[in-house]
Amino acid sequence: MYILNRWQRHWANNTWMIISLLVVATLPFFLFLGLYLKSFLLLHDYHLGHLLFGKIWKPGIGQFGFFPFIVGSIWVTLLAMVISAPICLLAAIYVTQYSKTRLLRIMHPAIDILAGIPSVVYGLWGILVIVPFIARYLGPLFGVDTVGYSILAAALVLSIMIVPFILNILIEIFRAIPVELKEASLALGATEWQSIKQVIVKKALPGIIAAFGFGLARAFGETMAVLMVVGNVVELPKSVFDPGYTLPALIANNYGEMLSIPKYDSALMFAALILLVVSLFFNLIMHFFIIRYNKY
Amino acid sequence: MTDNKKIQISDLNVFAGKFQILKNINIELPENKITVILGPSGCGKTTLLKCMNRLTDLYPELRVTGDIRISGNNILAAKEDIYKLRQHMGLLSQRPYPLPMTIYNNIAYGLKLRGVKKRREIHKLVVHYLQQANLWEEVKHRLREPASRLSIGQQQRLCLARGLAVNPGIILADEPTSALDPISSQYIEQKFLELKNEYTIVLVTHVLRQARRIADYVVFMYLGEVIEQGDVHEVFENPKMEKTKLYLGGTFN
Ligand SMILES: Nc1ncnc2c1ncn2[C@@H]1O[C@H](COP(=O)(O)OP(=O)(O)OP(=O)(O)O)[C@@H](O)[C@H]1O
Ligand SMILES: [Mg+2]
Repeated sequence: MYILNRWQRHWANNTWMIISLLVVATLPFFLFLGLYLKSFLLLHDYHLGHLLFGKIWKPGIGQFGFFPFIVGSIWVTLLAMVISAPICLLAAIYVTQYSKTRLLRIMHPAIDILAGIPSVVYGLWGILVIVPFIARYLGPLFGVDTVGYSILAAALVLSIMIVPFILNILIEIFRAIPVELKEASLALGATEWQSIKQVIVKKALPGIIAAFGFGLARAFGETMAVLMVVGNVVELPKSVFDPGYTLPALIANNYGEMLSIPKYDSALMFAALILLVVSLFFNLIMHFFIIRYNKY
Repeated sequence: MTDNKKIQISDLNVFAGKFQILKNINIELPENKITVILGPSGCGKTTLLKCMNRLTDLYPELRVTGDIRISGNNILAAKEDIYKLRQHMGLLSQRPYPLPMTIYNNIAYGLKLRGVKKRREIHKLVVHYLQQANLWEEVKHRLREPASRLSIGQQQRLCLARGLAVNPGIILADEPTSALDPISSQYIEQKFLELKNEYTIVLVTHVLRQARRIADYVVFMYLGEVIEQGDVHEVFENPKMEKTKLYLGGTFN
């Protein structure tokens, strides 16, 4: 049997490591390149500003304005985060700092189960529960006439979907903080709430930001559940009760169908490109904050 | 007034479910003295300290009965103001846990809890307590840096300064030098000897030589019970109980 000598082994190991590292490190770049080349047709003919901020979407007559989709995506994502972030934070604090350990033991598997439910199920549940709820109660309560399929419906379904996801990370983060830190603060005469607010949360801040960042990225890219309840109307939403359309839904609804229209597939690639760039941008900001707050 | 530095513990029991961590503890800790608590690992020393500043409240599974009296008040009573109580008991733990803020704010945090509001006053006291803990010279140029950047030995002195800043009468120290190098340990020991003029100090340690060097009064515990207590010379030179002899002789398992 041929046996590698030490130097050869070393070389072989290193090469593989470097190759795998390169693959991982350049993957986003290749994704970007691929999408860019595919959407080149569109980018070549239209001004980037017109594509991004154009409000009219009529591919049949060559009008490609992505603004309604971008606004729809942002609305849905931010609203979902605004709803779920405080809930997750308070729940994680309660479970790790106040409740008995038994609750944590019960909650952990429960959260995992919630996180594992396919998004179609959440979407269906949204259609069956959230949409009628908005149409019948929430809309009239605010004096709005709505069918229920709306930005708000998508945001609510989405926020429920990302809660287990964010909560899981947050619980791990809070559990990793030693009790002694809290004891140190309490021993100085601080109340439990003061200690949590000024010491525990501060210590956990980089992790909290990371958790929210992951949740945000997840919400921004979520396709199925949103598509089922958002209404899929290309229109700039004026209120959260209006229907809207999101970038992932645009791609999922149309890819492989309307490709007879010139530049349509190029336009969908461009939508994917926007998604990619925005996700990368989110990530970048998130890392900036993590580094900024990680010094303690 | 001086009375509030004396701790009288009587019939103290701590249970965790069916398991009894502390059994019928009766000790009287003399004021303005260093009392060292000795005993093998797991005998309940940390738990005893945690009873004294009611950190046991944090663990709902622990049940505490008996009396701990400071100037006549039973601090285990439900109506006791635990925030005042904890400020009266400075805590120094086994490892330094600096608060996630700047060096300056680590001290200011306690000052604000104590009710110092004026910025100038806070600044003056921050400097004062850093000096007290022999840390001032090393950190005076970097007060706005995160405390976690200090070395472990410096962090422990910062924790000492932080503990002193809430103006306690009693210092509870749980193996405060076990994570430190010999020089930093010596710093802390030296400081304790100075501090005992103003504070009553309760020190848990595993280092017998350290106990001998700085203790005035010694409490030896074994499996949740106090086996022997007394003057340091008495206990070290002439231990009455067999277990104490074995432990001090170093032949304990
Ligand atoms: N919250 C708790 N629940 C159940 N058991 C506990 C709890 N806290 C402490 N114990 C038990 O009480 C006993 C004493 O623990 P303690 O930490 O007081 O020992 P120690 O003397 O400080 O030991 P060491 O020298 O190793 O620090 C141990 O057997 C420990 O397992
Ligand atoms: Mg201990």
